[in-house]
Amino acid sequence: MLADQDRIFTNLYGQHDWSLEGAQSRGDWNDTAAIIARGRDAIIDEMKASGLRGRGGAGFPTGMKWSFMPKQPSPDGRPSYLVVNADESEPGTCKDRDILRHDPHKLIEGCLIASFAMGAQACYVYVRGEYYNETCNLQAAVDQAYAANLLGKNAAGSGYDFDLYVHRGAGAYICGEETALLESLEGKKGMPRLKPPFPAAVGLYGCPTTVNNVETIAVVPTILRRGGAWFSALGRPKNTGTKIFCISGHVNKPCNVEEELGIPLRELIDTYAGGVRGGWDNLLAVIPGGSSVPLLPKDICDTVLMDFDSLRDVKSGLGTAGVIVMDKSTDVIRAIDRLAQFYKHESCGQCTPCREGTGWMMRVMHRMVQGRAELDEIDILEKVTKQIEGHTICALGDAAAWPIQGLIRHFRPVMEERIASYKAARTPRPLPMAAE
Amino acid sequence: MSERLGGPHGSQIGNGTAENIGDGSSGEGAAQPTHFTFDEASEAEITHILTKYPPSRKASGVLPLLYVVQHQMRRETGSAWVPRVAMDVVAARLEIPPIRVYEVATFYLMFNTNPIGRFHLQVCGTTPCWLRGSDEITRACRDETGIKGWRQTSADGMFTMSEVECLGACVNAPILQVDDDYHEDLDYDRTVALLRALRQGEHPAAGSAIGRITSAPEGGPTTLTTIPIAGE
Ligand SMILES: Cc1cc2nc3c(=O)[nH]c(=O)nc-3n(C[C@H](O)[C@H](O)[C@H](O)COP(=O)(O)O)c2cc1C
Ligand code: SF4
Ligand code: FES
Repeated sequence: MLADQDRIFTNLYGQHDWSLEGAQSRGDWNDTAAIIARGRDAIIDEMKASGLRGRGGAGFPTGMKWSFMPKQPSPDGRPSYLVVNADESEPGTCKDRDILRHDPHKLIEGCLIASFAMGAQACYVYVRGEYYNETCNLQAAVDQAYAANLLGKNAAGSGYDFDLYVHRGAGAYICGEETALLESLEGKKGMPRLKPPFPAAVGLYGCPTTVNNVETIAVVPTILRRGGAWFSALGRPKNTGTKIFCISGHVNKPCNVEEELGIPLRELIDTYAGGVRGGWDNLLAVIPGGSSVPLLPKDICDTVLMDFDSLRDVKSGLGTAGVIVMDKSTDVIRAIDRLAQFYKHESCGQCTPCREGTGWMMRVMHRMVQGRAELDEIDILEKVTKQIEGHTICALGDAAAWPIQGLIRHFRPVMEERIASYKAARTPRPLPMAAE
Repeated sequence: MSERLGGPHGSQIGNGTAENIGDGSSGEGAAQPTHFTFDEASEAEITHILTKYPPSRKASGVLPLLYVVQHQMRRETGSAWVPRVAMDVVAARLEIPPIRVYEVATFYLMFNTNPIGRFHLQVCGTTPCWLRGSDEITRACRDETGIKGWRQTSADGMFTMSEVECLGACVNAPILQVDDDYHEDLDYDRTVALLRALRQGEHPAAGSAIGRITSAPEGGPTTLTTIPIAGE
């Protein structure tokens, strides 16, 4: 079990003062200028040494991502930007919310340091529109930081000039995709852009931009204070550090908790979430990383470790670490059908496989819930998911395909049984013979 | 098998098929005002908003300005929505073609392009909430308000009811968002009590309905118990 003194988010539950004074009493903003004085390269090297992988879902190494930004100021005077992704809309995920409302200064200090390290003069934090109260806290924290000269000219006495702005989205999951987010921030519909060019070359307003998740940026100051070696000693090789897990669904005590990457799934649920409702043997399946990753049946859950590589090895993923638990009372087809509905609703519609495919999959899944289907339609459904996967502009197409692939992979017999019993209920019973 | 609820934009609760069923009204086709001007409070907000973006990138202000409109409408009429004429005013202020504002206002779910009730009830129906009983929240809202279909308004104009996708608060499921506030850890009875309180003009506190500390497990945190906090 991770020791409390190795936890980064010491105000995860908001029991303490989230404002500047409270944050400073927990060590935030402690001589930030000294960290910045180490210089860009030293900071990026330390981040690389920490092994931190992005917390927004894809798990891309953070230090490397920062190193893609231009080293020299652009000759045509274009600024560079950091954009923080606080769109948090992946079903099962509610960790960035706690950072925004309870530890906003960790994020703000992280924005300053990260921006300095990649030569970004300004940062926008894009918060999902529904997080109105969380945005108010964040904005208040930003105002406090400006008033204390931690932001603005000569931010935190570092000699670096840096501005930070908070921007609210307005209810569209797709705006969590980094290029859709940039479109949205520019005042347009949130439609993903074709890549390349990547944002590090052409991002916000056509300028070099890095998009990072809230949690990724909020752990930066602690990593730089305690050292990359401290962070990389936690977790497992290539899957280092701590992570906020969100445990929802059929557990006795749903909650968020920060733990080491690589913790066994069973230990995570039993230790922190009060166990599965009705006991571990009552477990049916777990979606381990937010709605976009394939579910895992109980036998895999018995032993699997919660990190990027372990979950990839069982054909799922750590994603956002939103752990959705389903006990044996669950209609698992309906659970995945509801996700199919989600992706249909959230597709931005600009590529045909996704626009048409998500609707098609949803309609077939609706029938699968009832069993109103033919057996070979399961194969057809699987084939369609493969035709969408990898054939779209952004990863929403994959995200819509994977949950259904997981269902078919692990629960095909349940689907077949549903179809069989639907048919049975409608086939006229053989008539009793008159003589008997 | 559970009853099918909702679906993509504009679908119905239960077996209803028509676009507008029951006593409620969807507000669609409501009379559009012919005039809109920002009031003083809105002007102050806009001045602040426009400092955030480079002067040549004013279009970035479109979402924030649509929020300003929607809030002003709530102040002025009790219904938070964005009339067409206000979109034109936003376009003029940002120096962009009106079509740019129309397409944004209709792309993003949080802008109501038709009048809504005094309170906007937004039931989260995505899988984590569904696993913990969001169907019961829907049923409670329906029983208590008489609203039969999504995006419809109760006969007394108090409530509009929408189904929304994951609100990002899944460990406190199921969630009912009322205007800007999340009401968490609900069940049928707690939802009914919440709606009755709203109707009586009370302001029930946002957050967990069972007294949980935010996202900590029920019964209190089991971690972060040994951290000394200076000054506390
Ligand atoms: C459909 C879709 C939705 C996404 N939603 C989010 C989100 O809400 N928050 C987030 O941080 N990343 C989200 N991402 C991932 C981002 O595109 C991006 O990879 C991430 O913000 C990078 O941050 P990181 O390197 O710090 O992980 C989403 C991706 C896709 C394809
Ligand atoms: S994959 Fe879907 S969401 Fe992504 S760009 Fe294409 S249509 Fe839009
Ligand atoms: S599913 Fe309802 S808040 Fe996430």
